[in-house]
Amino acid sequence: MTNLFGQLINLFAALLLLIAFAMLSQRRVLSLINLFAFQGLVLSVSTAIVAWSSSQHHLYYSAALTLLLKVLVLPWILHRLIRRLNVKWDVETMFNIPTTMLVGIALVVFAFNLAAPISQMAGTITKGTLGIAMASVLLSFLMMITRSKAVPQVIGFLAMENGLFFAATSATYGMPMVVELGIALDVLVGMFILGIFFFQIRETFDSLDLKHMEKLKEE
Amino acid sequence: MEILWTLAIPLIGGLLLALFGGRRFAPELNSAMSLGTFVAAAALTVRVITDGPITALNEQFFVDSFNVFLVALTALVGLTTSLFSRPYMRIEQHHGKLSVNMLRLYHSMYQLFTFTMLLALLTNNLGIMWVAMEAATLTTVLLVSLYRTPASLEAAWKYFILCGVGIAQALFGTILVYFAAEKLLGAGGNALLWTHLDSVKAHLEPTVLSLAFVFLLVGYGTKVGLAPLHNWLPDAHAEGPTPVSAVLSGLLLNVALYAVMRSKVLVDGALGSHFAGDLMMGFGLLSVVMAAFFLSRQKDVKRMFAYSSIEHMGLMTFAFGMGGPVATFAGMLHMTVHSLTKSAIFFAVGHATQKAGTQLMENIRGLIKTSPTIGWGLVIGSLAILGMPPFGVFASEFMIITTAMHTYPWTTPFLLTALGVAFAAIFSRVQTMVFGETVGQRLPHPPALVPVFVHLGLVLLLGLYIPPYLAVWYRQAAALIG
Repeated sequence: MTNLFGQLINLFAALLLLIAFAMLSQRRVLSLINLFAFQGLVLSVSTAIVAWSSSQHHLYYSAALTLLLKVLVLPWILHRLIRRLNVKWDVETMFNIPTTMLVGIALVVFAFNLAAPISQMAGTITKGTLGIAMASVLLSFLMMITRSKAVPQVIGFLAMENGLFFAATSATYGMPMVVELGIALDVLVGMFILGIFFFQIRETFDSLDLKHMEKLKEE
Repeated sequence: MEILWTLAIPLIGGLLLALFGGRRFAPELNSAMSLGTFVAAAALTVRVITDGPITALNEQFFVDSFNVFLVALTALVGLTTSLFSRPYMRIEQHHGKLSVNMLRLYHSMYQLFTFTMLLALLTNNLGIMWVAMEAATLTTVLLVSLYRTPASLEAAWKYFILCGVGIAQALFGTILVYFAAEKLLGAGGNALLWTHLDSVKAHLEPTVLSLAFVFLLVGYGTKVGLAPLHNWLPDAHAEGPTPVSAVLSGLLLNVALYAVMRSKVLVDGALGSHFAGDLMMGFGLLSVVMAAFFLSRQKDVKRMFAYSSIEHMGLMTFAFGMGGPVATFAGMLHMTVHSLTKSAIFFAVGHATQKAGTQLMENIRGLIKTSPTIGWGLVIGSLAILGMPPFGVFASEFMIITTAMHTYPWTTPFLLTALGVAFAAIFSRVQTMVFGETVGQRLPHPPALVPVFVHLGLVLLLGLYIPPYLAVWYRQAAALIG
């Protein structure tokens, strides 16, 4: 039985990594939001499986919280935002996608090496997935660097938070509940503030392209 | 009980000002809430000094002599900045830069920012500390973009993204600490309580903790403004309203460094080596040197003093990294005097830029002639921050450099060169700003200069004479964090 669960968890972890790569190469804002929601769903389901297999009941709450926040609320806000901002069909011109993917693969290798000594010490059923968690954090980071528009950058930021959440689940069966609630609150408030911010940026620059925002330089 | 009041007053203040923050009496209400916070923090300080460390609410909050001095400092600078912001924001409104809604946002966020700072300091839970640090970014990001100018929006975006990414690293570090602690303390909330971690620190897994510290230092270090992660800092300081620059420099950077120090104690306990200290010394020294050279190339007065903050934060990080009683004592003294001096400078600079109508230093002239108090405030503040005796900054810098000469002699030339370059840069700029002829306009409201001279008076006092109880207090704290 544990073996089956272990394999299921690995399967979902693999899906998570796949989504991270898909996000890295996705140029359309709308699809990016859908991918983000899908990532949240995978995260939530895999957390629930971990909760079931390890009988860690507080993880059910985490799974429910993830489902509510990252699958329903945040994508909903993002959808509304892009509709109101008229960037729904935006396609981003990106710097060489194959190169980005190759850099991404290198990051995955690096993440697995970094995680190896830690996952050996972990006593959780999910210890093998810590490398994937770190890889998805790094891939989201790469995504933020390669994007020049505001909305994709923010989605990268949120995806990074997903990766961190996954890391917490795989290494330690999740953080204490009070901390998780606090983090969720921060993410939610942050999203609202970013929403306000998008409107301010567009009002001032007439676009959400961050290329206009390169005036402040270190001299 | 005092802990609850210290946290409740700014939180209530934030909510009240969200409703009434645009009214005519809002600046006074803001100051009154900050005064309340200060009184509660003072009561807490007195209690901790007489009774020793205390915990409250199932150990969720914890105060010892290390964080209580930062609580007192935070509440004090919060109070004086709110006093300064009364006329400052009225003048800004008079100049047509702010609407009523913007003022409401400003006042509410000011109180909530104080709340998050105090929460980060008082909480015993490393996870909650992270949450509070992130919340501090969130409360200030809309303040940096308050004027809605292209430059301020860019600065706020950079601030949000860089600090957000940085603090995400710190979250990973916290997860790793929890991972190591959970094995000894069991799963659940207690494994992240600092007091519990401190009691078992010698048994924490060293490899995990050293990796965790790298992430924590990079994460919180971004907020401290350590080079090369400092990019957000000059922009956020230059583009936001001046009271925000004052609290960012005077408070936020300190609290972020506090978070690094709490982690360092655990890592030192687990590793028994100087690994954490070496990393901090490296980052600190790099920040000092880099900031000093960037300082001399600035044209904007607030940017220049922002780089000076990076330099001083680097110096403190370096001092804490060296460790030992003298350097740690000096680091804490430097934290105190830097906060007081830098916020005083920002107060004076704020009014000076309002008079000149620009932040470009070449257009600010003859402050002493038109408004002697602002001019002298700026001169005295700059001399103090540059480490001239008899101010407190001299005392702490002297202790840091002499310790460095004894234990790490190779760092001395770097430190002295950097301090010299910074001196030349700031002093010559300030000189041209305060002397000479001027065309400045009169301010529509009398400026608030009492906070400037109160701060500088305290810095002078700390340079001439550190009261014995304060010295005992610093020494206790230094013993705690080694």
